[in-house]
Amino acid sequence: MTDPAPRTTEPAPEQAPLPAPTTRPRQDGEGGRVVREILSGNAVISVLAVIVALIIGAILIAVTDPRVGSAAGYFFASPGATVNAIWASVSDAYGALLRGATYDPGARTWQGKLGIFETLTFATPLILAGLSVTLAFRTGLFNIGAQGQIILGATFAGAAGFFLDLPVGLHLVVVILAGALGGALWGGIAGVLKAKTGAHEVIVTIMLNYIAAALVLYLLKNQLKDPNSTNPVSPKMPDNALYPLLLGPNFRLHAGFILAIAAVLAVGWLLNRSTLGFEYRAIGTNPLAARTAGMIVSRGYITVMLIAGALAGLAGTAQVAGTEKSLDAEVAGSIGFDAITVALLGRSTPWGTFFAALLFGAFKAGGTSMAVNADVSIDIVAVVQSLIVLFIAAPPLIRSMFRIRAVRREGASA
Amino acid sequence: MKNLLRGTLKRGATLGTVTLGATALLLAGCGQAPGTSGGGASTNPAAAKYLGCIVSDSGGFDDQSFNQSSYEGLKKTVADLGIKMKEAQSTTKADFEPNLNQMANAGCNLTFTVGFLLADATKKVAAQNKDLHYAIIDDNSIKLPNVKPVVYDTAQAAFLAGYAAASVSKTGKVGTFGGINIPTVSIFMDGFAEGVKYFNDKQGKNVQVLGWDVAKQQGLFANTFDIIQEGTKATNNLIGDGADVIMPVAGPLGKGAGDAILAANKGGKDVKLVWVDSDGVLTAPAYKSILLTSVIKTMGEAVETITKDDLEGKFDPAPYIGTLENGGVAIAPFHDLESAVSADTKSQLAQLKKDIISGAVKVESKSSPK
Repeated sequence: MTDPAPRTTEPAPEQAPLPAPTTRPRQDGEGGRVVREILSGNAVISVLAVIVALIIGAILIAVTDPRVGSAAGYFFASPGATVNAIWASVSDAYGALLRGATYDPGARTWQGKLGIFETLTFATPLILAGLSVTLAFRTGLFNIGAQGQIILGATFAGAAGFFLDLPVGLHLVVVILAGALGGALWGGIAGVLKAKTGAHEVIVTIMLNYIAAALVLYLLKNQLKDPNSTNPVSPKMPDNALYPLLLGPNFRLHAGFILAIAAVLAVGWLLNRSTLGFEYRAIGTNPLAARTAGMIVSRGYITVMLIAGALAGLAGTAQVAGTEKSLDAEVAGSIGFDAITVALLGRSTPWGTFFAALLFGAFKAGGTSMAVNADVSIDIVAVVQSLIVLFIAAPPLIRSMFRIRAVRREGASA
Repeated sequence: MKNLLRGTLKRGATLGTVTLGATALLLAGCGQAPGTSGGGASTNPAAAKYLGCIVSDSGGFDDQSFNQSSYEGLKKTVADLGIKMKEAQSTTKADFEPNLNQMANAGCNLTFTVGFLLADATKKVAAQNKDLHYAIIDDNSIKLPNVKPVVYDTAQAAFLAGYAAASVSKTGKVGTFGGINIPTVSIFMDGFAEGVKYFNDKQGKNVQVLGWDVAKQQGLFANTFDIIQEGTKATNNLIGDGADVIMPVAGPLGKGAGDAILAANKGGKDVKLVWVDSDGVLTAPAYKSILLTSVIKTMGEAVETITKDDLEGKFDPAPYIGTLENGGVAIAPFHDLESAVSADTKSQLAQLKKDIISGAVKVESKSSPK
């Protein structure tokens, strides 16, 4: 049981000495300013953040490798040995990571060679949950609640899967809709509280994460429990309720990936082409100005959290009707929190989120291979991911490391 | 960054730091480079190519329980036989299948999967890799020609522990509690309670068992394997009800039980602890002053035996059932509490062990592997 609390990334502590934002936005709170500050970083910052995180990861891999340690013991007798050991250790680890995530010629079976499809499988819920965070970000909201929304989505989808008996096709559609509904419900609560009472969405969504985790455990011990099991797990999803496998039974990649791509296109259209999306971006840039321009900010908060919740709920369906095929208390894993990093790394654009999710999917698929083949703890992957958050959330740090001048983009647009 | 350094560090200080660092490096790096000759000379060329692998459940290899003992067993096997080894820890259920797939990719000749939670993933991956062998610990549900279930008739050893506990009880009450009411847990409690009952029958006593009802298969459970304080709570309840020997069957919650007993004994009680899974004196030495004995599943030996057989081409999918007879289950020595157990009891226990092995005494648990 992992406690989700320590993983909640608190992007950019507010006391961070940001380099004199002369155009200090007014009154809409520190949160909005931090969002804009983060989003003002350009793609170069994202790429550099990943590279620096990988370099620090490499240092950790080298330092913790006993081969390097023993070679360093006779550094002056044979300095080359230490360099070789460091090179061997880092290239073993990252080589295994890369091969595991893409193509591994050393694997025994042809399906085992094609790790790229595992990458896509792991990326699927991350894309959907990342879009949820992205959409809320662009409206000026920190949706820390993707985790809870995924859990609710998975629970609703699971219930629709176990309790209904519908024909092929229809059953899956109902499961998907139920998942979206569950997520939307959970996101909507935060949206309504924000719009009607001004309750800060960060606090509300974090609390809703805990409630969701406790709720699903309760249901798994009672209504949703598999009668044949002594553990708190649900029955298996019936075949009709599962996403079809895209590449046959040898691969786990399922149609949820197609749904995720569709969601990327839909969110892209929503944000950049629709009136609603224009409102969201206006609210995200400056809620006061948006209100002055005649937009109803509270309605924007509610609808965006409904949609964001629904997207996270779809990520839940990718778990329960895609890879896991049953509901348990860990169904959301750390996806809801990784989604925040994915959205940050993707600079809160739909396609940026897509590619960031692919990268994180690759970390996940390759991390297993790295742990097995290079004997490097999979925790290194978590370290690299956390460092990425750190560097993304503190753009001034990366800027000063690489002497990049701060370039202000227009608002928070792509 | 550079400006910051320049601004805050004095030149002298910087130089000093550099000198210090260099000296440290110089001292650390003065060792001799190893020669080019040598290298692990394995006695058996087949063993050097053989790959033994292990995948944990979400407890990880440092759980002081079955993941850890299986892992240490495989490490010892590696040292003894000169085979190679790969390991993967799972943090959630979602990791099981990817981990097992990676093991198959790496070409593991034999993969140990620890815990019944891995049954589904093991079954699926084993069916896809018919040329590789698997052994699953604590699960007997898979019937495949390349999967060997490893299960333990723990009730036999717990029976001896129950007998010993009843013999040292002064209050006439002994207690037990579990993590979750599942067969791998309740089998300990069944054996323990039956052992107490057997003691009563033989010795004409009436020692009661708190926390477990064999007939109803119900009792005291913490409903967690994670929250150690729940173990303290359950133990305090049992002590409050008068138990003076307590067997927690709840993994890490055993520590909570140990702490509760140490505290109670400071307050004038005289309560003893029965550890499970491994010899508590070795794995939890903080409690050795109160440890009566431990009910041990010797996973390490099963791991080594199965690996050795497979290496010699004698893999066999029939379940390995750990019993008193084959040493798969046992009770630990009394260690520090040697003097608390009478010589009579010790000889009775030795005889009882023989009788269980011969079948003269039947130990029955609903959870015993068939």
